[in-house]
Amino acid sequence: MPEGIVVVTPQEGGRVRRVAYEMVSLAQGLAPGAVTAVTFGPEAEATASALGKYGADQVVALNGPAYQRYSSDGFALAVQALIDHVDPEAVFFPATAWGKDLAPRVAGLLQAGLASDCIAVTRGSDGRLQAVRPIYAGKAFATVSIQSQRQLFSIRPNIQAIVEHGRAGTLLPFTPSVDPSAFQAVAVEVRSQASDKPDLTEAEIIVSGGRGIKAPENFRLLEDLADALGAALGSSRPVADEGWVPHSYHIGQTGKVVSPTVYFAIGISGAIQHLAGISGAKYIVAINNDPEAPIFKAANYGIVGDLFQVVPALTAEIRRMKENA
Amino acid sequence: MKQVPDTATLIRLQPGAKQIETQGIKWVINPYDEFALEEGLRLKERWGGEVVLVALGPARVEEAIRQGLAMGADRAVHVLTNDAVELDVWLVAQALARVCREEGYDLILTGKQAVDDDQAQVGPLVAVALGLPQVTVVVQLAIDAESRRLRAERELEGAIEVVEAPLPAVVTAQRGLNEPRYPTLPNIMKAKRKEVRTVAWESLGLEAAPLVRIESLSLPPARPAAKILTGDPEEAARELARLLREEAHVI
Repeated sequence: MPEGIVVVTPQEGGRVRRVAYEMVSLAQGLAPGAVTAVTFGPEAEATASALGKYGADQVVALNGPAYQRYSSDGFALAVQALIDHVDPEAVFFPATAWGKDLAPRVAGLLQAGLASDCIAVTRGSDGRLQAVRPIYAGKAFATVSIQSQRQLFSIRPNIQAIVEHGRAGTLLPFTPSVDPSAFQAVAVEVRSQASDKPDLTEAEIIVSGGRGIKAPENFRLLEDLADALGAALGSSRPVADEGWVPHSYHIGQTGKVVSPTVYFAIGISGAIQHLAGISGAKYIVAINNDPEAPIFKAANYGIVGDLFQVVPALTAEIRRMKENA
Repeated sequence: MKQVPDTATLIRLQPGAKQIETQGIKWVINPYDEFALEEGLRLKERWGGEVVLVALGPARVEEAIRQGLAMGADRAVHVLTNDAVELDVWLVAQALARVCREEGYDLILTGKQAVDDDQAQVGPLVAVALGLPQVTVVVQLAIDAESRRLRAERELEGAIEVVEAPLPAVVTAQRGLNEPRYPTLPNIMKAKRKEVRTVAWESLGLEAAPLVRIESLSLPPARPAAKILTGDPEEAARELARLLREEAHVI
């Protein structure tokens, strides 16, 4: 009887992203059976104690020469071998560019069902796992179950609190035998897009601008607010299409789908595609001079006014609060 | 290529339904698949060859196929399904892989995800079914026909990853890869005469046993009415900052 959950995560320099802790915490809350985290590359074994602290009972560090650079086909075969070895009920991947590349590859090899980008995984009354996943970028939600013996899920960042379990996370030695010729697609270079801001999909706060900012140079006002808040920057689609900001800023149905605690929609009218992309936000703040803008229907807090006055005032007030704290 | 509801669609559900209400929906080519098709057309213009469009779905998909042909695809294969079959990404990928195998390929392009079910799985599943390497979420693609290799840039969170792979391969397209062309009137006329081969779903002999089953659909809960903050900009900003600290706990 398959038991336990395998959590697949990337690492860099012995550190994992927060979503890895969220996944092991979620897995620990669901499992009977062990939670096994697997990670790859140089210094992979250094992640064991931190992954253990948040719920991994054992950690597999694939740090051999084949795993120094990401390869979707090679890594997928290694994960398949590990899954055959550990025999888990379920497998979690992060719903990030990395995990969304690898997870379907593994699902294909295992001929197992995969639910992508889940915002909740629970145990149903029949004892099997159930997941909730947004469809139409969050305009609706589907509750899904997986019919194959192995149940695969990719987990959206920011949907699960991390829980300290105070374990050690023992290293499980495992060396999959994967033919080196299987590593066909290989990442030969990663160019970090220099930014001191958190990533949109993982950000707790997002400051986002639309056409109402009127000119690209006015984005500076939003940057100041984002700096004061420690927030990530985003935009509506027209602003990205105009080239005022990079495409990677675009939030909406055909851009990024985000789930921050607070989302600031500044000078954004709130087209249905944009609202879909932000429906996972806990609080939405709308600042817009048009009281009829649809964004106010989606917002928790609204200020009808001139963003060129409101935003600097808000930035100053937040700075003052933080200094006094 | 998939046909999906226009992104401006307001999603409606019938109680207990496992599919959305499709009445009155405007259907379009999945936006990411347009980037994939455009890239295929550009590669053909550069290197020669043939662009074959493969789409799966009910009879309405013919309209999207004609649009794709009008953009410049040479011919198309339509895997015709009926609504009685419960499909999931797995089954769709197996069907598409079979058609691809019959047609032959140097490169298989598709969108990084469909904007309806948002699974982002069909590309990689087709790749596995055909034993091909994959590169997903691609924003730049270079093909070297001599060495039969590709070099692609893919978008990660806050980084660009450069991936190299041998051909044939599966590549999934992200916004930014290119700017899809609009069909010209002569090409729209020409598209009407291009070949569309119809393959009945039933003829593929795939067992209709989905691996991912939809149990139920729901709409997001309505948000409570917004608190509209009034007063001059300083007052409104001060009140907002207070709410962010005391209610949202983020400051």
